[in-house]
Amino acid sequence: MTRETRDRSTTDRGRIRIEGFDEAVAADRDDDAVDRWADGRTNDAETPSRGRFEDAWRRFRSNRTAVLGLAIIAALSVVAIFARPIAFSTAEYTITIQPFSLAPYDPAEMYVGPPNAGPSAAHPFGTDWAGRDLFSRVLVGGRFSLSIGVVAVALALVVGIPLGAIAGYFGGWIDELVMRVVDILYAFPFLVLAIAVVAVVGRGYWNIVAALALTGWIGYARLLRGEILSVKEREYVTAARVLGTPDRTIIARHVVPNAVAPVVVQATLNVGTVVLTAAALGFLGLGLEPSTAEWGSMLANSRDSIAAGHWHRTAFPGLAIFLFVMAINLVGDGINDALDPQGETAERRRR
Amino acid sequence: MTLATYVRKRVLVSIPVLLGVTALTFSLLHLTPGDPVDAVLGFQEVDPDVRESLKAEYNLDRPVWEQYLFWLRDALVLEFGRSPITGRDVGATIADRLPYTLVLGGAAWLCSLLIGIPAGVVAAVKRGEPADEVSRIAALAGIATPNFWLGLVLLFVFSVRLGWFRVIPPDAPLLSPATLRFLILPTITLGTASAALVARLLRSSMLRELNASYVRTARAKGLPERTVICKHVLRNSLIAVVTVAGLQLTLLVDGAVVVEQVFSWPGMGRLLVGAIGQRDLPTVQATVLVVAVSVVLANLLVDIAYAVLDPRIRDER
Repeated sequence: MTRETRDRSTTDRGRIRIEGFDEAVAADRDDDAVDRWADGRTNDAETPSRGRFEDAWRRFRSNRTAVLGLAIIAALSVVAIFARPIAFSTAEYTITIQPFSLAPYDPAEMYVGPPNAGPSAAHPFGTDWAGRDLFSRVLVGGRFSLSIGVVAVALALVVGIPLGAIAGYFGGWIDELVMRVVDILYAFPFLVLAIAVVAVVGRGYWNIVAALALTGWIGYARLLRGEILSVKEREYVTAARVLGTPDRTIIARHVVPNAVAPVVVQATLNVGTVVLTAAALGFLGLGLEPSTAEWGSMLANSRDSIAAGHWHRTAFPGLAIFLFVMAINLVGDGINDALDPQGETAERRRR
Repeated sequence: MTLATYVRKRVLVSIPVLLGVTALTFSLLHLTPGDPVDAVLGFQEVDPDVRESLKAEYNLDRPVWEQYLFWLRDALVLEFGRSPITGRDVGATIADRLPYTLVLGGAAWLCSLLIGIPAGVVAAVKRGEPADEVSRIAALAGIATPNFWLGLVLLFVFSVRLGWFRVIPPDAPLLSPATLRFLILPTITLGTASAALVARLLRSSMLRELNASYVRTARAKGLPERTVICKHVLRNSLIAVVTVAGLQLTLLVDGAVVVEQVFSWPGMGRLLVGAIGQRDLPTVQATVLVVAVSVVLANLLVDIAYAVLDPRIRDER
């Protein structure tokens, strides 16, 4: 569909164009043609077309701190994956997926060194009360924090985006219902709600993920709904509706793609919050099993170890959490600036 | 819409939310795997006879919706029963602990404003300069630092190594000088993330206001830049800080849960975590309910304050 309306300087863009109904389209007017036409319209005026995403990527790349954050995340992910071999073993045989081992010791093996020893050449981060190597534990611990953060946010998006889209698009009683549920859950602070869920379902990896996803979706649903309220009033949505495009297609192909950008930014930033909350649960002894090499759980009894002067047991797992969350926030900030450079334009106008 | 109409509407919207909050908190009892009687008993072994009498005492032999209404009626008069673990009245325990959390949270909130507002103003005024970048990185770091870890580090450096503060709270009344002195480290720990939030929000809100035409007018009539910033821009931008007060409250509550744990501060958070560890469900329910209802009421007040400060928003919702 090549039309001269690609010209961005057209003054009347955004209007419903009657010439969209040219004879060729009207002749074989079926759903497909309608969608193609509507797609053409959205691409012209409103959708972040490929050009805009390329633009955003260019802005992101020129943001040094954001690229640094991305590099830190990549490095931590590589370290987490290659910290210990990954293998599935059954009774007869073992399938090794990843044979490398960056960590010098098994993170669960006790008394590989003296208990509570400070950092040394053999144990760069020292050892914990059971003589386990903290360096190995911190490297492996990334697996839990990173995967909990990403999986919980992904699950929350899977719940939040459809609910937010349906509530925002249809309005009426279904909107009322979803938003009242959101309001009710919003009354519980994130960590308190997660604690309450863990109190009910118990500890464990998937329970933590479920608790964090259950508390996380409300933010995305609310945000997306708000965006959709303005997007659905746009002309291209009205046009699609007038042309008889089914609601499901309008939501999936026209409304959500145009409203989802802030949700993506929010979700990126939320990975950091979720990792912090998971670590806080671990610190409170409500996360994974206490002996797990998870960053938060490693800090669970650090009050006592700090009083005894064993600072290294607290310092390194905490630094790991800080580094990861900081990197996430830098990236989230970069994405935000890249997708919404309005601050910049406003600034230029001022000068 | 007049203010009175707006307030009435806003209060009416809060009522179903409050009912939902109580229903959800109540359902914790029934969502916990096993017999609710066990949950009320704190999972201790008892005679079948005692069990039955307890079932009747807690109305657990009635339909769930009736149980909820009974529970709601008791909760309205702050009657939460006895804790099966400590045997103490749950309402009395909360009355003991709540002031500690309120003092800690209030101090941290003040601390966050004292740090966050100047940092945000500097970042906005010096936009793009090194000061802005430093403030931005500091704010991001403040948000990224796990508060329990920050607390542990401060505890280690200032209490264990330097000995400036006690490691555990002094055995003194809440508002005594000794206790308030001890409160310094927990306040900084809890206030940091909040300060970062305020700084970032104020920066973006001030940047928006700086583009407004009244700023150009103020500058054009020759007002000193200082007056323009302090009297015009900052005043209008602070409204944005009011709107996040609700968000800040939940952030402070979440933070208090862990910070109280780090500093052995006997507030609501420590009560909640301890109660979960001991499977003391009535205490968990009561604590969660008090927190959630406070958040709903605080958000109500924030919205009303917002409507008073900025009459435009009364018509928006």
